[in-house]
Amino acid sequence: MPSFIEVENLVKIYRMGNVDFHAVRGVSLAIDEGEFVAVMGASGSGKSTFMNIIGCLDKPTAGNYLLDGQEVASLSKDKLAGIRNKKIGFVFQSFNLLQRMSALQNVELPLLYNGSPVKDRKIRALAALKSVGLEDRAYHRPSQLSGGQQQRVAIARALINNPSLILADEPTGNLDSQTSIEIMTLFKRLNKEHGITIVMVTHEPDIAAYADRHVYFKDGKVVKDE
Amino acid sequence: MNTIATVKIAVNALSINKMRSGLTMLGIIIGVAAVIAMISVGSGAREQVSKQIASIGSNLLMILPGAATSGGLRMGFGSTPTLTFDDAKAIGTEAPDVAYAAPLLPGTAQVVYGNQNWSTVITGTTPSFFDIRDWPVESGVAFTQRDVDGATKVALIGKTVKENLFGDEDPLGKIIRIKKIPFKVIGILSRKGQSPLGQDQDDSIYIPVTTAQKKLFGTTFPGMVRMITVKANSSSALKDAEKNITALLRQRHHIPAGREDDFSVRNLTEILAATEQAAKIMSILLGSIASVSLIVGGIGIMNIMLVSVTERTREIGIRMAVGARGWDILMQFLIEAVVLAVIGGCIGIMLGIAGSWLISHFAGWEIAISPMTILLSFGFSAAVGVFFGFYPARKASLLAPVECLRYE
Repeated sequence: MPSFIEVENLVKIYRMGNVDFHAVRGVSLAIDEGEFVAVMGASGSGKSTFMNIIGCLDKPTAGNYLLDGQEVASLSKDKLAGIRNKKIGFVFQSFNLLQRMSALQNVELPLLYNGSPVKDRKIRALAALKSVGLEDRAYHRPSQLSGGQQQRVAIARALINNPSLILADEPTGNLDSQTSIEIMTLFKRLNKEHGITIVMVTHEPDIAAYADRHVYFKDGKVVKDE
Repeated sequence: MNTIATVKIAVNALSINKMRSGLTMLGIIIGVAAVIAMISVGSGAREQVSKQIASIGSNLLMILPGAATSGGLRMGFGSTPTLTFDDAKAIGTEAPDVAYAAPLLPGTAQVVYGNQNWSTVITGTTPSFFDIRDWPVESGVAFTQRDVDGATKVALIGKTVKENLFGDEDPLGKIIRIKKIPFKVIGILSRKGQSPLGQDQDDSIYIPVTTAQKKLFGTTFPGMVRMITVKANSSSALKDAEKNITALLRQRHHIPAGREDDFSVRNLTEILAATEQAAKIMSILLGSIASVSLIVGGIGIMNIMLVSVTERTREIGIRMAVGARGWDILMQFLIEAVVLAVIGGCIGIMLGIAGSWLISHFAGWEIAISPMTILLSFGFSAAVGVFFGFYPARKASLLAPVECLRYE
């Protein structure tokens, strides 16, 4: 039985003018369902590119990628969008909320793209906000929320379609240490109680400590996996 | 993603930057308003021409005497009097496809009533004339065939003549003097208005043709008339009527085959159709010039949408990350452009109608706003939105999600 995430000889080459830039050079990795993995490494080590490919935001130049038993590398852009919508939740360092919309509308956003009935959307979005403890902030704009609250809205948005995978790209990078702990506790709870697989990029060892497994990247390759 | 939600998002996005959206719309507003105002003015002009055509009567032919040539000098149409009252009678009774034919013998004379006098055109004709021109008598009666046969001294006067000679007085039964000859006014013709050439058709007096020939103007040969006017049975019969009249007159004038006609038949409707065509071309011309501004407005939309796509690259990235397909992004921006154009179009329609009304009010031009024009400009503005919104929207939909998320 294959693992939940299985990449084999993943290669990603960017063309910059006449120079090829090898961002990822042959990464093979298997992550099982329910794991909490921290991806670490210096900037430029290829970990972000790796995350983009895992998150179906980018396609590898070569190699295979099986997500939940499905070959992803060869899928069309629209199919990838569908996978992002249903199976993957993203949490970014800079939150990436739409400033013009309320917290509730931001959380509803993924539902807009999978044909959920209008009535359902609000109920589900409110439930997701409640699960991150922000139901009383539903009608606030992101600018009216603190950094920690914004990140929790982003997590609620990531959770709305009950994904099996959450990809977090330095989720605490813009937060103070107290809020970081809150966010990490939330991740830990989602991982333990709901069995959601979490792959998280981070620089900070104390944040990485929340994860069960640490994967180190250097020069586009995995150098340590523990 | 349903359409209503997308439209809501679009309106929302446009309301963020009201000033910019308003200025972008202005291009479409001006374009649509200009198209409506110009087409209204153009079709107003066309309607006026059509009215003039109706005023001289439809399916008309005019027969003029031929040109004389003496010693190499060609004198032009009408220089040789060749048409007679009998020709007119023969055309009216013998030529197929002809409904009526009436001879005309006009001349100018001073008309006197009491201490008033007025110079006007006096035309000798037959009762058929009023059928040909669709020109009813408003009060009193028209002269009859008996008056023509008896060359009685009776007159029908036009509205302008009545006003100048009689003022508020009732002219019926009064005696006017034309070239000192007394005529009895038996009827007043209804108002006809201006001819296509700008002549006042109501400034005229009609008398029996025989009276004009024998008592008023005299003739160079017996029965001479200046021209004959003919009404064909229908517009489709005009061409046949023309042929039949030509054949009949050639036979009556004993013109051998190979010799030129000593008369000419003219199709008045054709001349007016040409005028109408000119008005139509003007209308199309005005409309197309106005649509240029609509296209310029469309380019404005495209410009702003391109800016908007660049500005909102990160938003596009976020939407794609949470599962928006290229199609969703395309629709979002396309509908935004269409909403912009359609709102602009609606405002433009209102301004265009108001503008046309102002033109007609102050310039005194006739205008005609048809629902078709309004529908057309509405559809056109929506089409402009789709056409000029498509390129920016497609550009947005083709962006790579990774690059959008990295965009600052």
